[in-house]
Amino acid sequence: MSSPVVAAASVSRPRGRNAQVLSLLRRYPMASIGVVIMSVYALTAIFGPLFVGDPLSTSPSDALAPPSSEHYFGTDRFGRDVFTRAVIAARLDVVVGIVIALIAAIAGSLIGVVAGYFGGAFDEVVMRVTDVVLAFPGFVLALILVAALGDSIPNVVIAVAIAYTPYFIRLVRARALAEREREYVDAATLAGNGRWQIAFRHVLPNSLTPAYTQAALVAGWAVLDVAGLAFLGIGIQPPTAEWGVMVAEGANDVMTGAWWTALFPGALIVALALAFQLIGDDLQGEKR
Amino acid sequence: MTRYLTRRAATTALTLFGIVVVVFFVVRILPGDAAVLRAGPYADAARLAEVREQYGLNDSLLEQFWTYLSGVIQGDLGTSTVSNGSVTAELLQRLPASLELGLYAVFLACLIGIPMGIVAASRQGGWIDRFTRAGVIMGSSMALFWLGLLLIYFFYSRLGWFPAPIDRLPVAAEPPPHLTGLFTVDALLTGQPDLAWTAARSLMLPVLTLTVVLVAPVMKMVRQSMIETLRSDYVRTARAMGIKERDVLVRDGFRNAMLPVITAIGIVFGYMLGGNIIVETLFAWPGIGRYAYQSIQNNDLEALQGFVILVGVLYVLLNVLIDVLYGLVDPRIRIGARAKS
Repeated sequence: MSSPVVAAASVSRPRGRNAQVLSLLRRYPMASIGVVIMSVYALTAIFGPLFVGDPLSTSPSDALAPPSSEHYFGTDRFGRDVFTRAVIAARLDVVVGIVIALIAAIAGSLIGVVAGYFGGAFDEVVMRVTDVVLAFPGFVLALILVAALGDSIPNVVIAVAIAYTPYFIRLVRARALAEREREYVDAATLAGNGRWQIAFRHVLPNSLTPAYTQAALVAGWAVLDVAGLAFLGIGIQPPTAEWGVMVAEGANDVMTGAWWTALFPGALIVALALAFQLIGDDLQGEKR
Repeated sequence: MTRYLTRRAATTALTLFGIVVVVFFVVRILPGDAAVLRAGPYADAARLAEVREQYGLNDSLLEQFWTYLSGVIQGDLGTSTVSNGSVTAELLQRLPASLELGLYAVFLACLIGIPMGIVAASRQGGWIDRFTRAGVIMGSSMALFWLGLLLIYFFYSRLGWFPAPIDRLPVAAEPPPHLTGLFTVDALLTGQPDLAWTAARSLMLPVLTLTVVLVAPVMKMVRQSMIETLRSDYVRTARAMGIKERDVLVRDGFRNAMLPVITAIGIVFGYMLGGNIIVETLFAWPGIGRYAYQSIQNNDLEALQGFVILVGVLYVLLNVLIDVLYGLVDPRIRIGARAKS
């Protein structure tokens, strides 16, 4: 299946580009959908705020108006436009999810490669600590961390990132354990490289593959966790325009019929998490 | 086997100790005055001194930790800042409600997830497989609080099929006598099938909400484990010997794939313990998850600390139990452990 594509690529350059894109789409159909969804979110996050008004402006006379051409997603109990708030929230939710995954992935990979490559007492300590951190369901750990640190966006990011760091430590450590036995490590040692240089310049880049796909999955879970915490009233607080906060604020109105207050922000959370899952799952499937 | 158990017991004790250390010191990160929190903002100096004396707040942090740790070992999780009641007693009183909700959800997730995972793995690329993979992705990207809210809206507000999402029983119903603490079971044991049905109706929506999220990891792990088993040499041999495909699937595939699945169920319990905070809050379910939510609302960190320790300990002990069962069932693990130590 790939040979005609390669042939096409060598015949003419523009057609080759297209063929390459097509073959990527064909190899990763679900990830492609995920990337398309992500792009919509990215565009909304970057440019959306230019086109909508103030997410906090209230208008009590319009409270709980159903979706219409004036208010695409209706209004909440304070008469705030749900669409405006949902668009403004995109930047916060997308950035928070990605930043959490990045922090957990970077911290976890660095710790993991040192533990795996050097082994010894440091490795033993790291493994016992990850045991303890993994002894809590991630959401529960993040919950108590935010409760202790206090409500703020950076604190939520740190708390959720801490809960996911052990996953990366374990993944990268396991790879590093295998990688350190490979010939190129011996070669690098013979060439006179220091142990730290080998760990970070040679072993780390070769141990990262599983961490990439994991990072996509973690970004999705992080979005759900942050929104879930906000729903419980910790971390990100009202009246901040954030999807979890919006669902929480709308929860009571939903029961009395104003479904739009929670349906749209919640759907946006799920679709964002879905995009990350599609990308992560497809890439992970490729690995096997 | 003894050596394996000893080693496992030692690492478990270390993990449990670590749980208490982490939770105790995390809760005390903030430099706030614990006495003010307990006595209230309007307490005078004399009252504050009294409170400090009563709760040992004049001791150093390390001394306070040892006091707390020795309490935890004896099953005492401290005193709630708000109600002044024993956190252990308050949690234990709420535990059956959470267990009833959680156990039904985990059971249902396995009931759906395990067969789906097996069928998906045995016909990889078929329509059931595609459906399963889609279900896994949807389930792992579902926001529990949103799903629960939609279910309440449709099935309670619009259709009225289920009772109000408040508490374990409607207001008029009298709870059954306390035997197991699971209302559905207790009602049946005392010969009240009507009451059991009433309790079951209140359970359905929250259980359904939790199940949608729990079934995803079950399907994912069963499918994965089954695919790996079906690629093994002994399955190939069995097929080459002309054994019927269904027998291969059940005898060689399923039985060997089940071992990792047992571990998976442990992980699913973890998801359940995290998810039940949201589900219980949404459905006003009087379990430990809602207790955690109320502790947060009341700024009762002592109670929250007790909840987190309880959840951590339950989760660790469950996984130990699973590991030990595993070791009993599968001789390879015992031998592996002996070779390592």
